Amino acid sequence: MSRIGKASGAWSEMTRSYSIYLVLIALLVISSIINPNFFSGANISNVTRQVSVTTILAFGETILIICGLLDLSSGSVLALSGLLSVASYKVTGSMPLAFAVAIGVAMLCNLVSAVMVTRWAAPSFIATLAMQEMARGGALLFSKGQNIYQIGDYVKVGQGSLGFMPIPLIFLIGLFAMTWYILKHTRFGRSLYAIGGNQEAAKASGIDVNRTKIMAFMVNGLLVGIAGVLFMSRVNAGLPNGAINYEFQGLTSSIIGGTSFSGGVGTAGGTVVGAFIVGFLNNIMNLANINSYMQQIARGAIIALAVIYDIWTKNRRTKSLVRSVAK
Amino acid sequence: MDSYKLQVHNISKSFPGVLALDDISLKVRSGSVLVLCGENGAGKSTLMKIINGVYQPDRGEILIDGKKVLIRNPIQARALGISMIFQELNYIPEMTVEESLFCGRLPMKLGHVDWKTVRRKTLELLEQEKLPYTPAMKMKDLSVSDIQMLEILKAISNEASILIMDEPTSAITQREVERLFQKIAELKARGTSIIYISHKMDEIFRIADDIAILRDGRVVETRPRAELDIDQVIALMVGRKIENNFPKRPIPIGAEALRVQRLDQPGVFKDISFSACSGEIVGFAGLMGAGRTEVMRALFGLDPHASGAIRIGGKDVVIRTVKDSITAKLAMMSEDRRRYGLVPVRSISENVTLSSLKRFIFHGRLHKAKETQVVGDICRRLNVKSPSLGTVVEALSGGNQQKVVLAKWMLNEPDVLIMDEPTRGIDVGAKYEIYKLMGDLAAEGKALVIVSSELPELIGMCDRIYVMCKGEIAGELAREEFTQEAIMRLATGLEKMTREAS
Repeated sequence: MSRIGKASGAWSEMTRSYSIYLVLIALLVISSIINPNFFSGANISNVTRQVSVTTILAFGETILIICGLLDLSSGSVLALSGLLSVASYKVTGSMPLAFAVAIGVAMLCNLVSAVMVTRWAAPSFIATLAMQEMARGGALLFSKGQNIYQIGDYVKVGQGSLGFMPIPLIFLIGLFAMTWYILKHTRFGRSLYAIGGNQEAAKASGIDVNRTKIMAFMVNGLLVGIAGVLFMSRVNAGLPNGAINYEFQGLTSSIIGGTSFSGGVGTAGGTVVGAFIVGFLNNIMNLANINSYMQQIARGAIIALAVIYDIWTKNRRTKSLVRSVAK
Repeated sequence: MDSYKLQVHNISKSFPGVLALDDISLKVRSGSVLVLCGENGAGKSTLMKIINGVYQPDRGEILIDGKKVLIRNPIQARALGISMIFQELNYIPEMTVEESLFCGRLPMKLGHVDWKTVRRKTLELLEQEKLPYTPAMKMKDLSVSDIQMLEILKAISNEASILIMDEPTSAITQREVERLFQKIAELKARGTSIIYISHKMDEIFRIADDIAILRDGRVVETRPRAELDIDQVIALMVGRKIENNFPKRPIPIGAEALRVQRLDQPGVFKDISFSACSGEIVGFAGLMGAGRTEVMRALFGLDPHASGAIRIGGKDVVIRTVKDSITAKLAMMSEDRRRYGLVPVRSISENVTLSSLKRFIFHGRLHKAKETQVVGDICRRLNVKSPSLGTVVEALSGGNQQKVVLAKWMLNEPDVLIMDEPTRGIDVGAKYEIYKLMGDLAAEGKALVIVSSELPELIGMCDRIYVMCKGEIAGELAREEFTQEAIMRLATGLEKMTREAS
């Protein structure tokens, strides 16, 4: 009597997860029609460098949102960790050390947020809002509000290429692989989905909720730290006021990529696509000389559409599933 | 002939690929109770949603007082005197009683809410129905049955002439059920027509005037209560004959698998000592609030306990977290599967392997093929009905969800399995399957501890029953001593009083 097999549930799941890819392809086609320069090597390489930083932040947001958390501090922590990394590089000239400093600082900041969330049960919204202020203040205090220039070869990471591949893109691919692997193939990944989907049930199934949350913040810290180096390197300076509001770009990419704010749902692939949709859209609007205020309105509208679409498909999907199962 | 309050004629409703309702006709007289029963997925909820205006039928018509009506949404349904009380109560914890009663229809005066009228009407209603609440009480401070009573009150204050109740007793105690039935009798006397959806045979036969049985989207039978008996109803519901409600098998009882000694948590339970042997099914009876669930949660490591000793398989174990329990081969299915058992947005596979994922990790990598194979095997064994293993569990019926939870714990291969209200809110067919699985698990040598509020279930399935009363174990009964009366005497503290008196 059992009716287990591949059937309609999997199908609706597929159309849903592929629709976002169709949006991206449509966007690329429209963009190339609007502006023939769109597909030029220089433009694509430029977009990739811009998008890399926010996409890496979006991976962190996706991991956290899946687990029912979020990070409002990633832009500030990026600035603080990137700035300290630049400073350490100016003193020592060591790139590995510069990376270690950035990652170390970002992970430390995330550890503080994680402790606030796990130990004192602060909502992640509040904990990371506090961290946003503290990290930004820390960056400004350290640099006395001044930018750091003449950073030498530090710039190579963000602006250089390995063959035809921009270096930030290589990082992006590597970190995508890591995020995908974590979410798809590890116990930690499954725990993230379970906790975001139903924390009580996860706990009652023997999952160490606090440890998983701390680990989620640590992975986010790693991502933010690397993004910090890429950002400072691309702008060729240590900017204490850099990357303002980048956490929102990360969140936007993640949500457009299908990560559900109710927790328990989201993928690495969707996040990349979401980030590239945002990135290409910004790019084509720039190429088309659209007024920057208009651009901002357009971005807002896209977030609204993405969320409405998400809720709409989710309802439809659940209903059709309930029906097929009820039968 | 014309005294039918509500008539449903030849209603059909299909969803893409599924014919949910197939030519359904029903009639309800004024002042009578029509009980609608059928397994989960038989189409009861769809039918009720059509009557309540949530869905539109593809064909067929609805008549109220002999006149054809179109019900496009629940607001229109309310205007036509139809009220529905849903199985899962929806309320806002921070709302007060009066706000909740008039939610969505607050009386207005000069553009602001007329709180004076609200207060006056609320007091009148509470007075009229003799309910001991004050209008300013918060919903969160009320019990489930209180909230249910308020829902009914809301329906009455709405002057509902047709009241639909979807499994209203699934979460309330026996005493509260009595109150509900009394209320139903009063409503009947006032001429209200009631459609009552239930799985529970004793209830069905107590309150029904007519019984309609739905199966696979069709009404298979509608008859006055007097013309049906329990076995017939069950047979009609499942479409096959269930010979024995409780498939109890004689299983040799083995060595002691679990011993709990003097488990104590001040203010919650005290001096709890009990045991369960391999192959044995041990029941825990008691009234709601007797502390049964609390004991099990503490034993399993979900809540703390202050003192006490636990032995599993002859070894002393310390249980502080669920992880400790899993290591000690102890598993527990919670009474509230939605809250503690399932991750609704995730797939069957992910839910089933949630507590045993370690088994599928090789060198840090999840072995998907093995997971699919193991989950497929256990779901086939438990007869989980679903389109695929990737189906999200929120789309499953209650019975199938419960099987997913059971599958999850079976993968841990526990020696002791605690099942808290294992058959709550699931249909007769699935219940029977769960009972059979209990027997299978016991035959495999596991010790089962069953907490249940359904006495027939405990009496039918257990080898021994402990009865709890006010946080303590009031007594222990062997199978030959099982009667509902004996259990209730212990559960209500009557036994203790008589013993102390003599």
